[in-house]
Amino acid sequence: MKTAKILTTPRMERCIGCHSCSLACARLVNKRLSWDTAGIRIISSGGLSTGYESKPCLACNPAPCALACPTGAFSQRKGGGVIVKRKLCIQCGDCAAACPVEAIYLDATAEPFVCIHCGQCVPFCPHDCLEMAEVEVEPLNEEAGKEVAP
Amino acid sequence: MIRDHFRILTVDLATGKGKIATIDGRDTEVGGSGLAALLFNRYGHTDKPWDDPEQPLIFTIGPLTGYFPLMSKTVCGFKSPYHDQYGESHAGGRSALSLRFADLDGLIVIGKAERLSCLSIGSRHLELMDVHYMRGIDLQRSGKMLRKMISGAGHRSIFRIGPAGENLSAYACITVDTYRHFGRLGGGAVMGSKNLKAIAIQGDGVFDLPEGKDYAELFEEVHKLLTTTDMMDKYHNLGTPVNVAVLNGIKALPIKNLQQTTDLNIKGITGETFADDTLLRNTACAGCPVGCIHIGFVREKFMEPNQYLYRQVSYDHEPIFATGSMLGMTNAFGVLSIIDMVEKMGLDVMSAGVALAWATEALDKGIISEKETLVPLKFDDAAGYKEAMQHLGLGSNDFYRLLAQGTMKAAEQYGGEDFACVLGQEMGGYATGEVFFTSQALGFRHSHLDSGGYSFDQKHEEKNVKEAVDFLVQDEQGRVLLTSMVACLFAREVYKDELLADCLNSLGYTTLADNMDQVAQHIQKLRWRLRLATGFDPAAVKIPKRFTEITTWKGNIDKKYLNNLKKEYAKRILALGKIEKKEE
Repeated sequence: MKTAKILTTPRMERCIGCHSCSLACARLVNKRLSWDTAGIRIISSGGLSTGYESKPCLACNPAPCALACPTGAFSQRKGGGVIVKRKLCIQCGDCAAACPVEAIYLDATAEPFVCIHCGQCVPFCPHDCLEMAEVEVEPLNEEAGKEVAP
Repeated sequence: MIRDHFRILTVDLATGKGKIATIDGRDTEVGGSGLAALLFNRYGHTDKPWDDPEQPLIFTIGPLTGYFPLMSKTVCGFKSPYHDQYGESHAGGRSALSLRFADLDGLIVIGKAERLSCLSIGSRHLELMDVHYMRGIDLQRSGKMLRKMISGAGHRSIFRIGPAGENLSAYACITVDTYRHFGRLGGGAVMGSKNLKAIAIQGDGVFDLPEGKDYAELFEEVHKLLTTTDMMDKYHNLGTPVNVAVLNGIKALPIKNLQQTTDLNIKGITGETFADDTLLRNTACAGCPVGCIHIGFVREKFMEPNQYLYRQVSYDHEPIFATGSMLGMTNAFGVLSIIDMVEKMGLDVMSAGVALAWATEALDKGIISEKETLVPLKFDDAAGYKEAMQHLGLGSNDFYRLLAQGTMKAAEQYGGEDFACVLGQEMGGYATGEVFFTSQALGFRHSHLDSGGYSFDQKHEEKNVKEAVDFLVQDEQGRVLLTSMVACLFAREVYKDELLADCLNSLGYTTLADNMDQVAQHIQKLRWRLRLATGFDPAAVKIPKRFTEITTWKGNIDKKYLNNLKKEYAKRILALGKIEKKEE
């Protein structure tokens, strides 16, 4: 069985809210300075639980966002999550609407930003909240698995 | 955003409208402290009182804010209600990155709102909301209300004031994101005078980064310095409360209104005890992987049988000194319960603690009575101090209203000036000796962080006035450069000149990188000129007798040395603030 790696957040109770992960993703993956244009974003949770929550892609397979994408800009990634081809994106926002965990950020022009499970954020977390986990690659879902060539 | 100028939003609370201005000065005033002084010169009024509606309340960030770790502080510049002179206060939380991502180098608030209001801004919105129903509501409750009213959890910063700010206490603070504060010199009263309960800044902007790999590689290098070396251990581990036991050990901890500098019973309030018994978790300012904010808790039994409530309370060395050792406290949970009330009221914890320490001694000496204090203040009585803090925040009677204007103001009326622990404002938590006392009494912000006088005291046995004052002037210059970037001063050992220049160069601020010394000198002078223009006379500063009565590990305080330091530093400040002919 083949394997792939996905980003997981197994130790979020340790999070101190420094945003180093989000800023690293924005900087290294998306070449921007921002809290929002990142595949992992941190929000504070008040009330009973208190602390911080992350909003990462949960590596769905099949991925509802890929199923919802009308142009193939989002396609199913082996092991879960999506492969993003920005040139194919028409900024309709359907992917973000389909995501059950609000993992996709749309900027002011409705350009989507989502985790691509590259793991570049992981070493920037000072408390080891994040981890790249190895998962077995299941056969691609027929609908979401149609990778569209650029 | 990287730009060779400043983008400033000015909001007039009288109209609810804002105006964006483009202002030059990146290569000379930099940002942060320098920019705040530049903006006060342009928008402020040296000849009008602090609470004139036209006076600006200024918040500024710097060229490195958000671009590098620990560049996470915001400078607040205003005419202070404490002394009616220009002053600065600094805070972290998410304030700096929120301003960066709102695409602002500075925010200026002028005018006075008709009703109690909340200003909400972002990169694409501006709204003045009527929150008259929040009048008198404490900071914890108003925080919960505001968080529901304003979107963007986690990517926003909320500045707010409590009853102390609304009541115009001269040391009302502006609380930032619950656990951080523009603590000193009364910024909270400036907001109160403007009918401004809160400011919410949503960081929803997105910016391009420099081309190429250099910037990202330098970021990683700095991140590693901060997280994998031992340079920041102190702050990450026990945090600044590690100082409590250390200072107590060298007879330099202010205890019981500075009647003592060491106490055998200190164990109950050391950083180690706070960590072992009360620490729930650490948290961080946005953009800082160190996470120096230590959160403890208070647990209260409110009903029999076994009905409890709990609240989370942040602690540091300064709050522990001010509401702990200064008040003779011997129990960490008792200290946290006092800090908790200070937080609700929105008082500067250092001033409030030192004020009640004076009141305790004044009551004991019979200078004031329980008619004034309303509660029988006694050292180590947490319940009494908690109640007194509430009176101080609410201004329950004439005595508390006057005490809330400054300990010395109360002492001038009631007596007890000799033992009012005031060095420009209520003292910081270091009784290290003559150089620190001089540094805080005359320092620009009257802050323990203006320069490292406490450190000089500990490293130097000799009493060389010129050497000590040279150090204060030079150290202030280095720090003002950092507070113009705007770095957290905890990172001062990491961001040495060479690294700062590399950071500036990586973002294209090459002129600034080449001229840091001249720029730091310029900003230092700019700030002092402003301070002097608003009425500061360093030669008139008095250091109360109590500071000369203590004993440290070095022995008794040397009054002559202290006096000479004061005279020399005053002379140097006057020279720094002198208007040079070509600049007239």
